[in-house]
Amino acid sequence: MSRPEHVAPPELFYGETEAKKYTGNSRIVAIQAEMTMRAVELLNLSDEGSYYLLDIGCGSGLSGEVLEEDGHIWVGMDIAPAMLEIAADKDVEGDLFLQDIGQGVGFRPGTFDGAISVSVLQWLCNADKTENRPRYRLQRFFSTLFMSLQRGARAVFQFYPENDTQVEMIMGIAMKCGFTGGLVVDYPNSKKARKFYLCLFAGQAAAGQRQELPQGLDSEETASGVANTETRIHNRARGKKSRKPVKDTNWILRKKELARKRGAKDVPLDSKYTGRKRKPRF
Amino acid sequence: MRLLTHNMLKCHVKNCTDPDKQYPLRFKDVQIEQIEYEPNEEFLVRMLPRLDWTALVKTAKDLNIAIPDSVPEDPASDQEFLQKLHTIIMETHVTEGSMVCDGCSHEYKITKGIANMLLAEHEI
Repeated sequence: MSRPEHVAPPELFYGETEAKKYTGNSRIVAIQAEMTMRAVELLNLSDEGSYYLLDIGCGSGLSGEVLEEDGHIWVGMDIAPAMLEIAADKDVEGDLFLQDIGQGVGFRPGTFDGAISVSVLQWLCNADKTENRPRYRLQRFFSTLFMSLQRGARAVFQFYPENDTQVEMIMGIAMKCGFTGGLVVDYPNSKKARKFYLCLFAGQAAAGQRQELPQGLDSEETASGVANTETRIHNRARGKKSRKPVKDTNWILRKKELARKRGAKDVPLDSKYTGRKRKPRF
Repeated sequence: MRLLTHNMLKCHVKNCTDPDKQYPLRFKDVQIEQIEYEPNEEFLVRMLPRLDWTALVKTAKDLNIAIPDSVPEDPASDQEFLQKLHTIIMETHVTEGSMVCDGCSHEYKITKGIANMLLAEHEI
């Protein structure tokens, strides 16, 4: 599997063409929506109603649209201007910020009821420029995020970790910044459907109440997403028989009739064998 | 950007640490647009304790928007107040212009409603 974060920094990788491709691809849209819904579920918002949520790496607003449907008010930030432009053109309801999350998020303490992030965190582990130190950037990000969340709020990050060391580094820094929580793995036995959610709690909701890490989903049947198939699936309803040859018996008979009318002499006679396929001979 | 979000913003330049000056970010040469939004009282009541009212009053006065000087004692049942608040923080959007931090005078540009919060190398 190719990793886009190895190709170029996010603001360059998601240029105009890539941003359009990304937003126009119905498969990506569906997967993003599904992961956003799962992330919102993991946020464990206590009751129905509108909450003030932060969408980290909102891109073209694919995840924001899901939040809107749920009636939440959201604020989104992304580093790729081309992606934000698409979001602005779509008239999404959230407020958009062009922001490098490695530089920290600039909100007053206790602003948000929760934060979600879909396919972003792995980008933070890159050192694209000389001044980029992943550890420092992660720490700045997590510490400012911790501040901007309400006590007891959650931050859920769906991400694609490259290896265990990366997971350890991210979690270690998050814990240092005050978060508790851990990794939730959905469908751990399926290579295709396996998804990683880093589920972080910003403190306790009430004194003496411990937040519990939700269980990851694990059932082959409910795992959705498009499975990869090597061969084309044949439509059974349209079997072999339904395929009509262009030059069928009637066509041959008509041509022969026409040739006779024109006076051709060597036109074969019509019989019950006309237009039949010969059997294979060995 | 809604005024609600603006009220939550603070300057995140690293050496800008004076808590009195980090917010509110002062608007400069801004264009304002009213976009209608469905009133949601429950959300307003939830957000009310998080709003910094003095900052909001200051911002609203800069933009020549009428705003009550203080929050009434029982805001949840004051329909008129909630209606006003809804118009100010949920429906008023800033689309163009910039925000300036009083502490470090960093200017955050806003274009097409997207605020540019990127910092320079020496500000991280």
